[in-house]
Amino acid sequence: MADIRYLAPHTLDEAVGAFAAAGSAARILAGGTDLLVQMRSGIVKPGVIVDIKKIAEMTAIEETADGGFRIGAATSGMALHDHPRFGKVWPGVLEAVNLIGSKQVQGRASAGGNLCNGSPAGDSVPAMIAAGAVVTIQGPNGRRELKVEEVPAGPGRTNLKPGEILVSFKLPPRPPGSGDAYLRMIPRTEMDIAVVGLGVSLTLKDGVCTAARVGLGAVAPTPLLVEAAAKALVGSKLDAAALEKAAEACRAACRPIDDKRGTIAYRIKTAGVLLKRTAAIAAKRATGK
Amino acid sequence: MNLVTNNKWIGQRTIRPDGMDKVTGRAQFAADMTMPGQIWGKVLRSPHPHARIRSIDTSKAEKLPGVKAVVTSKDIVDFPIEKGAVMLGIQDMRWMCRNVMARDKALFPGHPVAAVAATTEAIAAEACSLIEVDYEVLPWTIEIEDAIKPDAPVLHEFNKWEGKPSNIMGRLEHKKGDIAEGFKKADVVIERTFTTRPVHQGYIEPHACVISVAPDGKTTIWSSSQGQFMVRAMTAYLTGIPQSDIRAIPAEIGGGFGGKTIVYLEPLATLLAKKSGRPVKMVMTREEVMRATGPTSGSRSTVKIGATKDGRITAAHGTFYLQAGALPGSPIRGAAGCSFTPYDIPNLLSEGFDVCSNRSKVAAYRAPGAPIGAYAVECVMDEVAEALKMDPLDFRLKNGAKEGTKAAHGPTFPRIGYIETVEAAKASAHYAAPLGDGHGKPRGRGVASGFWFNAGGESSAQVNITEDGNVVVTTGHPDIGGSRAGIANICAELLGIDYKRVSVIIGDTQTIGFSNLTGGSRVLFASAMVVTQSTEKVIQTLRERAAKIWNIDPEAVKWDQGAAHPVSPNAGQFEPLTLKELADKAPTQGGPIGAGVQLNTTGADGGFGTHICDVEVDTELGIVRVIRYTAVQDVGRAIHPGYVEGQLQGGVAQGIGWALNEEYIYNKDGKVDNPGFLDYRMPVCSDLPMLDCIMVEVPNPKHPQGVKGVGEVPLVPVMAAVASAIYNALGIRFYSLPMSPPKVSAALDAGVKQAAE
Amino acid sequence: MAKIHVTTTINGEPVEYLCEPNDTMLDALRGPLGLTGSKEGCSSGDCGACSITVDDQLICSCLMLAAEAEGHEIRTIEGMADGEKLHPLQQKFLEQAALQCGICTSGMLVASDALLRRNPNPSEEEVRFWLAGNLCRCTGYDKIVRAVLETAAEMRDGIKEAAQ
Ligand SMILES: Cc1cc2nc3c(=O)[nH]c(=O)nc-3n(C[C@H](O)[C@H](O)[C@H](O)COP(=O)(O)OP(=O)(O)OC[C@H]3O[C@@H](n4cnc5c(N)ncnc54)[C@H](O)[C@@H]3O)c2cc1C
Ligand code: FES
Ligand code: FES
Repeated sequence: MADIRYLAPHTLDEAVGAFAAAGSAARILAGGTDLLVQMRSGIVKPGVIVDIKKIAEMTAIEETADGGFRIGAATSGMALHDHPRFGKVWPGVLEAVNLIGSKQVQGRASAGGNLCNGSPAGDSVPAMIAAGAVVTIQGPNGRRELKVEEVPAGPGRTNLKPGEILVSFKLPPRPPGSGDAYLRMIPRTEMDIAVVGLGVSLTLKDGVCTAARVGLGAVAPTPLLVEAAAKALVGSKLDAAALEKAAEACRAACRPIDDKRGTIAYRIKTAGVLLKRTAAIAAKRATGK
Repeated sequence: MNLVTNNKWIGQRTIRPDGMDKVTGRAQFAADMTMPGQIWGKVLRSPHPHARIRSIDTSKAEKLPGVKAVVTSKDIVDFPIEKGAVMLGIQDMRWMCRNVMARDKALFPGHPVAAVAATTEAIAAEACSLIEVDYEVLPWTIEIEDAIKPDAPVLHEFNKWEGKPSNIMGRLEHKKGDIAEGFKKADVVIERTFTTRPVHQGYIEPHACVISVAPDGKTTIWSSSQGQFMVRAMTAYLTGIPQSDIRAIPAEIGGGFGGKTIVYLEPLATLLAKKSGRPVKMVMTREEVMRATGPTSGSRSTVKIGATKDGRITAAHGTFYLQAGALPGSPIRGAAGCSFTPYDIPNLLSEGFDVCSNRSKVAAYRAPGAPIGAYAVECVMDEVAEALKMDPLDFRLKNGAKEGTKAAHGPTFPRIGYIETVEAAKASAHYAAPLGDGHGKPRGRGVASGFWFNAGGESSAQVNITEDGNVVVTTGHPDIGGSRAGIANICAELLGIDYKRVSVIIGDTQTIGFSNLTGGSRVLFASAMVVTQSTEKVIQTLRERAAKIWNIDPEAVKWDQGAAHPVSPNAGQFEPLTLKELADKAPTQGGPIGAGVQLNTTGADGGFGTHICDVEVDTELGIVRVIRYTAVQDVGRAIHPGYVEGQLQGGVAQGIGWALNEEYIYNKDGKVDNPGFLDYRMPVCSDLPMLDCIMVEVPNPKHPQGVKGVGEVPLVPVMAAVASAIYNALGIRFYSLPMSPPKVSAALDAGVKQAAE
Repeated sequence: MAKIHVTTTINGEPVEYLCEPNDTMLDALRGPLGLTGSKEGCSSGDCGACSITVDDQLICSCLMLAAEAEGHEIRTIEGMADGEKLHPLQQKFLEQAALQCGICTSGMLVASDALLRRNPNPSEEEVRFWLAGNLCRCTGYDKIVRAVLETAAEMRDGIKEAAQ
């Protein structure tokens, strides 16, 4: 039987060192809600498990001087939920993170794990894309930054290089009149993986949309930034025509598959429905209603 | 029979005898047991839906350090097909021996082909991967439509249908009158075809056992099942060990719903324990449970009902094709026998066809077959009522079965409670309430009825008075849903003592007499009978003892409020003798006090229910939510109302899952693609509303407490009630389950009424 | 494969055990620690039967490595009653028949307790969504939800009475 080692370093440098040294057999452990399931089913057989939760930076939530946020990659959904300020500024990102699994899963699951797991259906990813979040990555060659939408590379794959660890998410400061929201379609009310997930972040000035970003999940090999949808919203008063145009852009962006969770036709249709519903919630939040 | 009224304990929501252990984590379920020196067993399963097994080489596995035993089908007792059926209850051992371990052919992905015991689970798993099986992969078939085609791959070549090898393994029919004549008299005739997907019982506890076999062959089985005697008998058959040498101890059981009425692991673990000389523990993973146990059948049914303008049904015809899975034995009896039974139909033909295909062998699931048939029949009933412009409950009232109605499956009904359930549904607050505003989401209401045979059969009980004057009742049925609580109520009632003085335990196969399965809604019916008779014998003894002490005639002693009294002052003036006092005196007055009774119980009356369901539909996404639900049922007599309601609510929840989201999904390789709780979508807490119950009590005159089985009926009407509610909301009727969002959405988009296939 | 030595606190008691690096906390509880009150229904986080708390955080013990327990405070169903005195939730589950087979009960109780610690006055909807990660196939949840709501109300009344 293969030997397994469990390491729980206290510094990022140690973690990167151990992770890089162990090569492809190593796995980072954040909340473990993906990793342990994969280990049990035999899909993943790690030689070294590097638990990053003892590294302070990995679980820190910090409101930066400019009014943005820095969230440690291994911060649990519950910890983010209990932060006094985060949900007020980024309600859509928070609801996306909090939709991951049950309350039990929330006690462990992280946005970092959600992104690095590489599932096209990860709930936090479209919301983070919509928010314009940027991740900090540290590896054997130092630190670098990537936009969230640049991280996924395909189902189960990311653009992280060997030995690289995701350290934190950086969310920009919010101009006045901004709001975000995330909705997903699942057959039950809870405990399902998104058939489609959609995040919208927008800014309104005098009822006109001055900025928007739309993230779309579970309809392509990776979560998508749908620029055409954002373009359809910007400059509009979010009237029916603009929303329909944005919905059409979302439908057009879909490259889904038929699987046990939904059909191609259903996913495409749902992307449009969710765009309209999500944009309405984001707009309501932007106007403080 | 006079029913006792003014009961003190019967009908009370007492605290169940096993409750404390279950809320504190003490209760021992099958996987909680450990035996000294225990090792672990694992099963190697076929990856193929259909393959001939040319050879199995276990030598590498046997050489792996830590491996203690390997078994294959060679070690299992064979029941040759040509020698004919060897029945144990409804199971034919020819199929059971092939289900627990593939013989010449693997018949579904997950079919066991070998088993290993080793010092750790990991070593056992590794050993499984070292077993070399030479498979000749064969063409396979899964769906009924495919399996009954003339050129379909045939699973069992010996089986002939209309002279040719076929997957149709059997047919059953119930007939009454002449349907051709009946349909001629009808003004409205509606015929529809329905399909349902296989669904799993979904018990949360995976199958598990720990078994030790001593060198002299004495075998101890600790496992969770719906019948320790079934476990003993099947294990004896399949291993050759005599029943007298097998002690099957029932662990607490974490749900069964019919799925634990057969064995999977016990014969394998027994053989592994015998070979290795070590106790062997086996626990299935959730994936194994989903791939290789249960489910109930998928189905294809056609139902035709004709009625006159004034709402009388003149004829009905149903054909029900049910998937048996890899080996024969689908619940066609429930589908063909129960579906039309709520109604008095003069001309009826109800046919069931048992179809094999390359998926796991079905196991019983709550009213086996009946919900499948009822979904079809009750939906057509709804359509006929609509065509006649009748309220669907009025249509049912007009045609409802009652005392004297002859059911197509045989019996002429005694006093039954079907009409009462429909009347109670009609009079309910729910049926009168407006649907309310869905804020853009259409709402609808549906109703449906259902029937289940219920069952009697063998049961045993022993009632003993302890030396300190309390009571221990032992029965032989695993308690899944609170039957111990009901038994405590009955025994306390008869003895006139506080229910807390009655301890109820489930005996093992060597300590209590034969008792048939916990299944078919028979346990409280049958065990109440044997417990009542045992308690009455004990009371007789107690009266005799008092009579002896007082030196009067036993007939002059009555038992009341937990003590012996002279029947009247004429009989003599004596202070009452309490149970405690009589127990105290027992050593000098004739010895221990106790009595046992073993019966083959009869007189189980069928059960009927009528349900009302409200739904709300998100038409943009096709999502259906049940927003209100009421289950009305004739429960005979609710001995413990809390656990009767629990049966109703649990059945309804399972039905809502079956209706909306649950299904086995197969990939292109013929394997189950959703073998876990994440994608096999059973209802979670936030999916459901409160589930209201109306218990109608039409006591069973053939039972001392009036008990009727209650566990199966509540699943029967649900899918039709939900389907009719959706129809009421959308004007679209769904002829296939589940009514999941993509399907509902596609039907809405198609824009055609009567759309979905 | 070298076993890992773990020192932790379970239900208030200091505990040490050895585990494999890939053992889950549930494996450790049910195996060497003999705490079989936490159940294994799926081993994939879907059923909640294995629910425990770690530093008061509700989690699935099947989704945590046993090695991770080092230095933390773990509570399981076995630690819910105070000696002979049941927790009000345990008592209410018994009275309301909020369990049938009982395999989900430990997890339901641990999860409900975690809810009431955070939110002593949950709505029906909040209870239902909080317990969405605890599957019960027997009860249809009705009696469980009622038991949690009633316990919450009684505990609030109890606190009020105590304050008066
Ligand atoms: C019952 C259940 C329900 C679920 N429901 C949902 C759901 O509704 N929506 C959803 O999106 N997901 C769901 N998931 C999946 C999972 O919970 C999420 O993807 C979660 O966000 C993963 O986070 P984690 O911290 O647990 O990741 P882990 O399991 O610790 O890690 C996931 C993967 O990412 C890698 N990784 C983690 N952190 C880093 C890092 N900082 N740097 C580099 N690599 C890293 C790990 O090596 C691993 O390969 C569910 C899982 C379960 C068990
Ligand atoms: S066993 Fe942990 S959630 Fe099911
Ligand atoms: S009581 Fe059986 S699963 Fe909940």
